[in-house]
Amino acid sequence: MALQLITEKWSGEVSVVTIGAANQEGGTRSHAVKIGGEKSLPYLFKEGSLPNKPQIAFEILDIMPSDWPNAVSAPYGKTLNDPLEWADKCVRDYQAGILCVRLLGSHPDFGNKSPEEEAQLIKKLLKKVSVPLVILGSGDDAKDNLVLPAISEAAKGERCLIGSAVQDNYKTIVASVLADGHNIIAESPIDINIAKQLNILISDMGLALERIVMNPTIGALGYGLEYAYSIMERSRLAALAGDKTMASPFICFVGQEAWRAKEAKADDLPDQGIIWETLTATALIQAGADLLVMRHPKAVEKVKEYIDNLFRS
Amino acid sequence: MALSGLDIYKLLPKTNCRECGFATCLAFAMQLAKKAVGIDKCPHLTSEVKGKLEAQSQPPIKLITIGSGETRLEIGNENVMFRHEEKFFRPAGIGFIVEDNSTDAEIKTKIEKINELKFERVGQRLEVNLVAIRQNKDAKRFIDVVQLVSVNTPLSLVLMSPDAQALKGALEILKGRNPLIYHATKENLTALTQLAKDYKVPLVAQGDDLEKVSELTAELSKQGVNDLIIETGKKPISEKVWDLTQIRRLALKKSNRGLGYPSLVVVEQNDVYAEAQEAATYITKYAGIVLLKGIESWAVLSLLTLRQNIYTDPQKPLQIEPKLYPIGQVNDKSPVLVTTNFSLSYYTVLGEVEASKIPAYIISIDTEGMSVLTAWAAEKFTPQKINESINKFGVKDAISHKRLVIPGYVAVMSGELQDESGFEIIVGPKEAAGIPSFLKNL
Ligand code: SF4
Repeated sequence: MALQLITEKWSGEVSVVTIGAANQEGGTRSHAVKIGGEKSLPYLFKEGSLPNKPQIAFEILDIMPSDWPNAVSAPYGKTLNDPLEWADKCVRDYQAGILCVRLLGSHPDFGNKSPEEEAQLIKKLLKKVSVPLVILGSGDDAKDNLVLPAISEAAKGERCLIGSAVQDNYKTIVASVLADGHNIIAESPIDINIAKQLNILISDMGLALERIVMNPTIGALGYGLEYAYSIMERSRLAALAGDKTMASPFICFVGQEAWRAKEAKADDLPDQGIIWETLTATALIQAGADLLVMRHPKAVEKVKEYIDNLFRS
Repeated sequence: MALSGLDIYKLLPKTNCRECGFATCLAFAMQLAKKAVGIDKCPHLTSEVKGKLEAQSQPPIKLITIGSGETRLEIGNENVMFRHEEKFFRPAGIGFIVEDNSTDAEIKTKIEKINELKFERVGQRLEVNLVAIRQNKDAKRFIDVVQLVSVNTPLSLVLMSPDAQALKGALEILKGRNPLIYHATKENLTALTQLAKDYKVPLVAQGDDLEKVSELTAELSKQGVNDLIIETGKKPISEKVWDLTQIRRLALKKSNRGLGYPSLVVVEQNDVYAEAQEAATYITKYAGIVLLKGIESWAVLSLLTLRQNIYTDPQKPLQIEPKLYPIGQVNDKSPVLVTTNFSLSYYTVLGEVEASKIPAYIISIDTEGMSVLTAWAAEKFTPQKINESINKFGVKDAISHKRLVIPGYVAVMSGELQDESGFEIIVGPKEAAGIPSFLKNL
């Protein structure tokens, strides 16, 4: 008797979010990056298609990072002083297909750069590199409400991914993103109900669900990874079962978390940090991560190879 | 998946003949579902129905033990597809392959390194489980190497050889060690069945696809060999994930006996990262045993940490011992930060305090492993409780000041805590990430 396999029939699918607009779409990017679109749980290709590979964005800051361990700052050398050179290095030397700029320097505690300065920086950055951009505020709600509208306007038409909208601070940024043709990151604190609620609030303001990317707030390997892992599995199951408000692709800030781990700070053993970032990414890819924001070029390279392997049969 | 009373009822004769001692077939079915009676009470069951009912009275994935004594590995007995549904019970065994064509000195060095792969994280010991010896030469060399390895490691052993003669010799010297034989195929079935029976050891059954492997396990089980582990051969990662997923699904949801065993995967890549990533994938996706080539401690630590994460009980978060922790070169002027004994809360605060390079005390309150907000809502993180802990953990002896920093999320308790403890309460940041700048400005 032939063995009957169990093939789940899913009615839902993850929405496809496009980041970056090329010439013919009103932007100046060399290409667009598509994420999402899964019709199955991670990498069960026989059950449903997974049309888009997970993407990796290199993370850069608008100021010199103060808390990056040696192992991860070393490859960038002096470029860490200059966001434009840093961005250029990621694209030229490491073939970054997408960049994530964190405007930490606008934070009141880290230099308090003005919205105008940040808007100028984004404009220059868009000239310097042609890859699609993810742009993050500093995490200070009040300041983000001033900075994010300014950079949104500066990048109008480039279809960036901008974040983060949180449950008690989303209106200003959603309005800007809506007006300027970008996508938004909806961030929730490892909580599936808040994630859903926030997606609904954002879409109620008129931003299509297809323009939302969820940040489930991950922990690094050994630092709460399993919470995000399970929240992502649950969200993805809900999405595949047909819940459109949970069907956004995931963005995971892997580099930020992994390089905070104690293990990653062993300066005499850079591989420890690199593999910490690598395996954090690997595990989250198996939970459904669509866009990984990473820091170490070698970790990025290894994860890229892994992704290519997953798609090889 | 366990059958419900109604599911069972559908399989019964529905004649209500009462011979089982119950008034109706339905009543009998309900008791069967609760496992309160045996199926033999009903004399009218066809053998097919009997088989189905018997299958559901056993755990869907058999518990298999490899090795003996303290280092033995127990895998199987899993109940769910996703950890949030309940939990993953038995952490995957991690093992390393040793080749018998290496020199004795190389083998000894490798075993020493493997023995040292022990770590401690979040108050738990992380250890590797297995050494696998693979035959590349003649039976004599294999047996010699098995001898060499077995006296040099307490870990459980896997015998990787297709050669029944070599295996027999190895099993003879490993009496009492309960090694795992790798692996039975269609070709060597008869010889290996005999060995598994004679030496009462577990056996890996290998077939390239699920159909073949389940036929093989069915045959082995017919021969009386039931301590089995499944392997489906070398294939690309996502096909392996598909196999592992199907094995788990079919065992749990269809009570498929032929696949109701733990699985084993062999990961062999020259690149340490690639090998770790592939192994990590299988740790997240149902593997019972992962055998590797590489033994770099940084890679192994990261895999063991991942295993620890994935096998943590989602209902019972990891906790740390509630007490006063000095971080860095503290003195009696150092600030005191209050948090819970939920590992993640504690380690997040710890990471930020360390990053700030400002010595401080962290006092972790026994909240039964709940995070700050959850514990506060559940009244496990109250001014009374915090005050008790201050006294119990000797905070007043450690410091000469009377200031206490509490998480921003529980600012509302400041007044009451101040009255209760006599300490001046300083409201800290809501998110741990704010701690370094907070401490600098304190
Ligand atoms: S003995 Fe069997 S057929 Fe008769 S009542 Fe009980 S369950 Fe039904």
